[in-house]
Amino acid sequence: MKTVTILKYQWKDLLRGKWIIGYGLIYLLLSDALIRFGGTGPKALLSIANVMLLFIPLVSMIYGALYLYQSREFVELLLAQPLDRKSLFWGLFGGVTVPLTFSFLIGTGLPLAYNGMFLVSENGSTIIILTIGLILTVLFASLGFMLALKFFDDKIKGLGFALVSWLLLAVLYDGIVMMIVYLLGNYPLEKPVLALSILNPIDLARILVLLKFDISALMGYTGAVFNQFFGSSIGILVSVGCLLLWIFIPLWRSAKLFSKKDF
Amino acid sequence: MQKLEVSMIKFDKLTKQFGSQVVLNNLSLEIPMGKATGIVGPNGSGKTTMIKHLLGLVKPNSGSIFINEKKLNGHWDYRKEIGYMPQMAHYPENMEVIELINFIKAIREDEEAEEQELVNFFNLRSDLHKRLRNLSGGTRQKVGAVLAIMFDPSILILDEPTAGLDPQASHKLKKVIRREKKKGKTILLTTHIMSEIEELADHLIFIVEGNLRYSGPMNDFIENQQEQRLEGAVAKMMEEVGQ
Repeated sequence: MKTVTILKYQWKDLLRGKWIIGYGLIYLLLSDALIRFGGTGPKALLSIANVMLLFIPLVSMIYGALYLYQSREFVELLLAQPLDRKSLFWGLFGGVTVPLTFSFLIGTGLPLAYNGMFLVSENGSTIIILTIGLILTVLFASLGFMLALKFFDDKIKGLGFALVSWLLLAVLYDGIVMMIVYLLGNYPLEKPVLALSILNPIDLARILVLLKFDISALMGYTGAVFNQFFGSSIGILVSVGCLLLWIFIPLWRSAKLFSKKDF
Repeated sequence: MQKLEVSMIKFDKLTKQFGSQVVLNNLSLEIPMGKATGIVGPNGSGKTTMIKHLLGLVKPNSGSIFINEKKLNGHWDYRKEIGYMPQMAHYPENMEVIELINFIKAIREDEEAEEQELVNFFNLRSDLHKRLRNLSGGTRQKVGAVLAIMFDPSILILDEPTAGLDPQASHKLKKVIRREKKKGKTILLTTHIMSEIEELADHLIFIVEGNLRYSGPMNDFIENQQEQRLEGAVAKMMEEVGQ
């Protein structure tokens, strides 16, 4: 019950801040522009997905960490009240992730809606894109929380780790996988590559998008292996399952760190 | 250490380490009920850590804390009895003062708590609908005082309460502290301004590097150090312990 109270006040505070509205506006402008240039077909959806795969992890992880750092004194004041740490943790986490998610969903969903893409897209691919955005927001906000709690007394270190993690997962990872494939091309690499793609949630989300759209030309090595190993339908289920596990582990770890933390 | 007749708070062999640094070292002391206790010591002596233990913000490596003879032991409901005014008040920036007051009321499940008298006393009426980011440090500090006192808790913990306050507000806050003391509240006060402790406290706790150097009536401490004022007595003891 106290979690709901915290959520209510946190949302009010965050929604009054200009930047969360700005975050939604960026998605609105980008999605609108991409639909105008790419039409209402899968091309525009794929472009939106690409922007989302790059942008959501960065913003969610940095904001999740920053939010916790900035609320430190207020968290201390709240913990000095008759309030259990569990309620406060979920209040804080929900206080960040729900406005971030809504900002993304409204920003991206509106152009999709007024361009009628929910009606013309096949197999609910627009819903899949929005769902992946939602999952990535929660997942990377929880990673941001975990890093901030781990390095609570060293803001630079926490934010540095968040940035480097994003750079590794969103930008460098594919290159590293390609290098491994190139260097060890004579060995059977399907299973190790499969494991490598499960280790990167952005890769998993990308594979999920491509499996849904069934575009083998864009799948890349990891996507192709995924498709070959699991097939399209089971591949989607496996990647969703792995993404949910990716949410659960940092969230569980963060809750544990928060409950034991010296503030 | 002098044994007190009625103690409100008791620290029993409390030890806290941050990494290899011992911040509180086997600290045992009692804080008397219905009195104002000043906690003094040099920077980094463990004063804030001691308060944080009491608030449940920090968990000890060993030892226990008792309030009214009840062991805290990871519980949180005892904090209903505590009003806490932090040294630096940081609140959600976009929240209005009145919303913050209502928020803390909801958290404490005490919607009936009456803030009007304190709001008027600290001249905060015109600030009630202002966002917290638009308030000066001193006004935030006054909001902190209202939040700590309005629930009528039996224990008040005030961490550098007059820091950042103008003389008028500082005078008013001290008046409220004296009033709460008269009501029989147990007050814990940390400040670097010795005259303030002298003015408000009856009891003194002196900690150096996590070790208890003195716990007892303030006047006895001043007398023992053969000084006229607390400042001189504290300075003398710090010299004795090589600080």
